[in-house]
Amino acid sequence: MKKQLFVLGAVILAVAMILSACAPAATQAPAATEVPAATQPPAAPQATATSVPGPAVTKVSEWDYQSADPQKTQWQTVLNECTASTGIAIDRQAVPRDELITKVLLAAQQKQLPDVLRIDNPDLQQVADTGALAPLTDYGVDLSGLYPNLIQAGSYKGKVYGIAPGINGMALIYNKDMFAAAGVQPPTTWAEVEDVAAKLTKGGVYGIAFSAPATEEGSWQFEPWFWGAGADLSKLDSPEAVKALQFWTDLVTKGYASKSVVQWSQGDVNDQFMAGKAAMQQNGVWNLSALEKAKINFGVVPIPKPDGGAAPGPMGGEVLTIPNSGDAAKMEAAGKVVNCLLSDKEMLEWATLQAYIPSRQSVAAQSVANDPNMKSFVDAAAAEFSRTGPPANLGPNYSKVSQPLWNAIQAALTGAKSPQDALTAAQQQAESALK
Amino acid sequence: MATKQDRDDPNMARVVEGAAAHAAAPLIHRVGRWQRREQLIGLLFLGPAAFYLVAFYVYPILLNFYMSVTRYTAKSFVTGEAPFIGLDNFKRLVSNPDFSTAVRNTVVFTLGSLFFQFAIGLAIALFFQRKFPLSGVLRALILMPWLAPVLVSGAVWVRLFDMDYGVVNFVIRTLGVTSQHIAWLTDPHLAPISVLIANIWIGIPFNMVILYGGLQAIPGELYEAAAIDGASPWQRFRYISWPLLRTVSTVVLLLGLVYTLKVFDVIMSITRGGPANVSQTLNTYAYSLSFSLLDFGLGAAAGDILMVVVLIFGLLYLRYAYRVEREAGQ
Repeated sequence: MKKQLFVLGAVILAVAMILSACAPAATQAPAATEVPAATQPPAAPQATATSVPGPAVTKVSEWDYQSADPQKTQWQTVLNECTASTGIAIDRQAVPRDELITKVLLAAQQKQLPDVLRIDNPDLQQVADTGALAPLTDYGVDLSGLYPNLIQAGSYKGKVYGIAPGINGMALIYNKDMFAAAGVQPPTTWAEVEDVAAKLTKGGVYGIAFSAPATEEGSWQFEPWFWGAGADLSKLDSPEAVKALQFWTDLVTKGYASKSVVQWSQGDVNDQFMAGKAAMQQNGVWNLSALEKAKINFGVVPIPKPDGGAAPGPMGGEVLTIPNSGDAAKMEAAGKVVNCLLSDKEMLEWATLQAYIPSRQSVAAQSVANDPNMKSFVDAAAAEFSRTGPPANLGPNYSKVSQPLWNAIQAALTGAKSPQDALTAAQQQAESALK
Repeated sequence: MATKQDRDDPNMARVVEGAAAHAAAPLIHRVGRWQRREQLIGLLFLGPAAFYLVAFYVYPILLNFYMSVTRYTAKSFVTGEAPFIGLDNFKRLVSNPDFSTAVRNTVVFTLGSLFFQFAIGLAIALFFQRKFPLSGVLRALILMPWLAPVLVSGAVWVRLFDMDYGVVNFVIRTLGVTSQHIAWLTDPHLAPISVLIANIWIGIPFNMVILYGGLQAIPGELYEAAAIDGASPWQRFRYISWPLLRTVSTVVLLLGLVYTLKVFDVIMSITRGGPANVSQTLNTYAYSLSFSLLDFGLGAAAGDILMVVVLIFGLLYLRYAYRVEREAGQ
């Protein structure tokens, strides 16, 4: 027994010695790397500090979450064009959306952020709040003519940290052939949505398809109905909110929408629509190019408010940001790349490829001229709410409200709770998370 | 550092003295030196393993524990600041109804998986005990679920369980059991069961293989002798196979327990813990708190609780193993 104690003590001692041996090494390391650093890179920061023209930096890194085609290639197209026009090579890493924020946080911890970072707009304020981003205006980004709600979504504490080259929104996309066969008109009120969906539901075809997974996508798809009813994210269990969730729940319990909506991503919803399994879908503008390519006879109408008129939807789109990498020359170069990506030419080209709404209003008008199906979306764009902005002004706390909301949607749609109970619980959770 | 050595040195001396006094022989001096050298060599051998344990187990676990008593948010990654908040995370966790669902699911999922995997695995192993044509091929085929990547199996189960076009519902309707479309993955009561079924399916081959091996190790004479004595097949199982499989069964169950407690990919690929968190286990719930809500402190607290559970079972196992060893020694 004594011997064991001795061994144990000795092991602890040995480990402590190893660890203490590591510690001075860690503190010495920066000093050691400073020596070669002093001989090479300082030339670059000094060059830009005195603003000598000409690119001192020939390569910047960029991260985004468009890791799947066709979006992956579409974004690469404009990145390549900006490399050609700025002379700055772009080292791109596209990671799946779920992983991007975690990757960014770890990179921020290790001080290894990329030079250009493209994130979803509701995440912007949360990331800006950490202090990881630099204001875009320091790099001469032109804010004129942009949608005001986009600037709002990209701002944090009065400074603009992120701007998207294109924004997106949702609408109801309907199958014209099925509507004609059933003799119905596209809906303009909630009652009509339900009525039309009821008439179109038959023989393995659902009247309507939407997406309500346990991710931000679920909250995002619900928000047009939520805001359309007059609800506000600062009070998830208001009578208006309950009314909106009751409406969605009825569509599912009456069988006009599949119970699988709680599993479907928006991509799945579009697949259902393209396969003729749903007569109408709530989906984003980015699906238009695929639908047109598939030669589906479809029409687009706005998501209505309960008694008619277009409901305000959430503004979608990924914003370009310049992280605080601490390397002035690289940040300068990143600024040039961002400016190129936000130029009218690249904006229109990419927005057309991906079927997004260009974020400068004059450019957006051009895209309507090119594709009339864009009209519903562009008309709605100016009225879209930034999820982090008014009326609730949640800012960096948006995700703390959005998560209880999507869980409440799931609980109601699956019948685990009534819409009222689900939203009451969600409001309590949001309040405790915001404390 | 120096203070620690000062503190340790007298101890060491005392222990060595004790050992030397114990030897109580005329060659005290030389034996003492030899012993010390042997101990030093022993320590050198221990070093790498000890370092590995500390660097890759002790340190992360302590760090996780530290995170669970701080308000560790997205901001903390950048600023490095995470204010100490004591047991606040645990209080918030326990007051959330999703947490009790996750705990209940963890228990049901673990016990259900263990029981059915073992029972079905044993039944199949017993079935293969008798040789028949193609039994080898069949046995290899049954290994398939174990060999397939879990994410692939998960994707397949999602297809099978699909409400509108899934094979499971098709079979059920064709057999005339019900004309309803059963919402396997989206019904809040069924979703946890569907995930359980998939996990049982994945775990059967492992149980079958090990138990089959255990059965092969039982001498055939025992069965022959029993047959001569007129033992029925049930009696042969009850009084020969079952008791002689005890050690193997324990190993299978304990390994199965560890595998099941850490199951993550099965649930993530089939329901992602949904709908509305009804099929979360402690594991997936901790993940969603950390990486979806970005509340790393809260996620770490859930992780702590899971670790305590695993630790309890680990200790139970050690006690059991110790008892078996002692019984074997007697």
